[in-house]
Amino acid sequence: MSVNGWVQILMFFLVILAVTKPLGIYMFRVFERDQQPLPRFFGPIERGIYRLCGVDPREQQTWTQYTLAVLLFSAITLLVTYAIERLQHGLPLNPQHFDPVPPDLAFNTAASFTTNTNWQAYSGESTMSYLTQMAGLAWHNFISAAAGIAVAIALARGLTYHLRPDDAKTIGNFWVDLIRCTVYVLLPICIPVALVLVSQGIIQNFSPYVDLTTLEGAKQTLAMGPVASQEVIKEFGTNGGGFFNANSAHPFENPNPLTNFIEMVLIFAISAALTYTYGRMARDQKQGWALFAAMALMFFLGVAPAYYFESTGNPVMHGLAVDQAAGNMEGKEVRFGVANSALWATVTTDTSCGAVNSMHDSYTPLGGLVPLANIQLSEVIFGGVGSGLYGMLVYVLLAVFIAGLMVGRTPEYLGKKIEAREIKLAMLYVLIFPLVILYFSAWSVVAPYGVSSLNNAGPHGLSEILYAYSEAAGNNGSAFAGLNANTPWYNVSIGLTMLIGRFLMIVPALAIAGSLVGKKVVPASLGTFPTNGALFAVLLVSVVIIVGALTFFPALALGPIVEHFLAQAGKVF
Amino acid sequence: MRKALLIALRTTAVTLILTGVIYPYVVTGLAQLLFPWRANGSLVTDDQGQVIGSELIGQGFANPAYFQPRPSAAGDKGYDATSSSGSNLGPTSQKLQERATQDLQRLQEENPGAPGLVPVELVTTSASGLDPHLSPQAVLWQIPRVANARKIAPERISAVVEAVSEGRDIGILGEPRVNVLVLNLALDRQFGRPAPVQARDGKGPTE
Repeated sequence: MSVNGWVQILMFFLVILAVTKPLGIYMFRVFERDQQPLPRFFGPIERGIYRLCGVDPREQQTWTQYTLAVLLFSAITLLVTYAIERLQHGLPLNPQHFDPVPPDLAFNTAASFTTNTNWQAYSGESTMSYLTQMAGLAWHNFISAAAGIAVAIALARGLTYHLRPDDAKTIGNFWVDLIRCTVYVLLPICIPVALVLVSQGIIQNFSPYVDLTTLEGAKQTLAMGPVASQEVIKEFGTNGGGFFNANSAHPFENPNPLTNFIEMVLIFAISAALTYTYGRMARDQKQGWALFAAMALMFFLGVAPAYYFESTGNPVMHGLAVDQAAGNMEGKEVRFGVANSALWATVTTDTSCGAVNSMHDSYTPLGGLVPLANIQLSEVIFGGVGSGLYGMLVYVLLAVFIAGLMVGRTPEYLGKKIEAREIKLAMLYVLIFPLVILYFSAWSVVAPYGVSSLNNAGPHGLSEILYAYSEAAGNNGSAFAGLNANTPWYNVSIGLTMLIGRFLMIVPALAIAGSLVGKKVVPASLGTFPTNGALFAVLLVSVVIIVGALTFFPALALGPIVEHFLAQAGKVF
Repeated sequence: MRKALLIALRTTAVTLILTGVIYPYVVTGLAQLLFPWRANGSLVTDDQGQVIGSELIGQGFANPAYFQPRPSAAGDKGYDATSSSGSNLGPTSQKLQERATQDLQRLQEENPGAPGLVPVELVTTSASGLDPHLSPQAVLWQIPRVANARKIAPERISAVVEAVSEGRDIGILGEPRVNVLVLNLALDRQFGRPAPVQARDGKGPTE
């Protein structure tokens, strides 16, 4: 580890801290005020889209109507992307004449992008036409991000609204939240930042691939495409699906340390800012900062060991005449080095982004444990846009419940009593996640069609499979990419895991919103457990880590942890 | 339900056109207007005007008179820019150990005058397989071989290396680095093109 590495990590965190408040206030105005920001410019666009879509912005939805809208919209958009992939050979913007995407891969990819996962079982530059990339995939980067943010805002409304007994128990309007998010938040940032990225070398064109003869006389073909426009929303919407197979390690997606820094800030920005938006909605900014503090603490608990272990070098090269002062460079780019690779790996798995600038599969055992564990803490360390906030709020209810049990009082949060129904829904949310991960992982390690896809033997093979289902359920999309996941078994099972990890978790979250929104608010008393201070932040972190550790420690012990000790002993497989 | 379905269908169409078609076309239009060289791949030409690569994409070099890049896992022969990929070999992989050992032996044979241990990037593949850079240490390590092959004093090669080296961005971000293609082009401009040598297992010249 070097001083410069830590300076970069702290600088990144300070920029996130600086962005949180202004972006948080901006999003509060977009979602919760009668008058949105810059009405002269955005107002006509917003109203025009409502007219085209047939949306009445004054209409309010109950939690069931809201949920139905989310599910319907997601189902239809999934089918459209599937159709675009299957028909790409007959559609425009396919200069490389790619064939239709095979059915299992097309399903997997459509599920992947609909659920904001962006797992890539395909290799972009040799599979997807430009139209499929733009209209099939990058489109989902916008709408799945907007849908996630909408759900988070809806849950926050359920927790924070003070309704009178005769008010309708509504939590907003999904269509309005979706459209406002796209028009006011996502597009206005994406267009200028995409141009900044182009100025640094990220490509943006519709040209056929470039054939050339290298300086030494060999043939090389350069893949082209509209990359910058996709790159920016891929990070800003914590989607993570790269234009190219190598994702943000590819120099055309991430050419230098400056673009790398911008992209990392984009990944954290919305999720961090939503904690501030939430504080505004709760009429107590400290409620938001308590969530931010809990997330920030877990971020540092992850980045420190990741950076440390990657700095120690690759175990298989200990004893060779190799100078490993630069750290473990297998699967890492020179321009990023170990510090920016470990930082990115932490950032991309804290959130459900899943874009990578280094290959996690080649990390040291404990360096690679960090991204895996981050995902298994169910993506609440800032988390995906929206999904991070609603996931963390579910853990908040659990933490309040546990605190209530300890002092023997009915738990309450923001003045609302947390009762059996909410806790059952929260437990459902928490249990679905490990269930699908461990179930499918166990299936894959005993089935011949599961283990035949492995690229690494020994405990690392288990880590590859465990990582694949963890990222799918967490809607992350990064990989221990040695696993050949483009097989019918993995395409279908991972596709299902992604759908379960998204929608079976959105439904309980919205149900909690519906259940809480109409509850009457009791004023805080001496016996109320304060949820806006450091004590609560620490309790929250403990709950998240204990739930995650109880669930996944046995599997992790057989994967990365045992691999660490074997690597120390010089064992290879 | 029917109303919700209708809204869902219309919203699907509208967002698809707005964010899936209009948005990328607007960005492409502006990018082509403002930064055409970057938007089209930062292509580099030689003195005859022939495109010989992209400044940002690594390419293979086998000739001892050129600085050689890292091993690459992109495509079967390496540096295939239609097939970006890392090796994804894990930290207890026997394959990785064997590959590193072989590369190490070859490097030591080809670089008898090289100083000290082999810098780690020269025996590890990058994440993209298209890494265009080397660390300054990995370049310095190769100077004796390049100087010998070109029959030029090492100090003069070092001067070219120094001229094309890049520091950290804004003094803080990333790592110091040298772009291998830019460096080799600069060498050719200064000292002329080296005589082609026989290809080594397909990674070298084919013509």
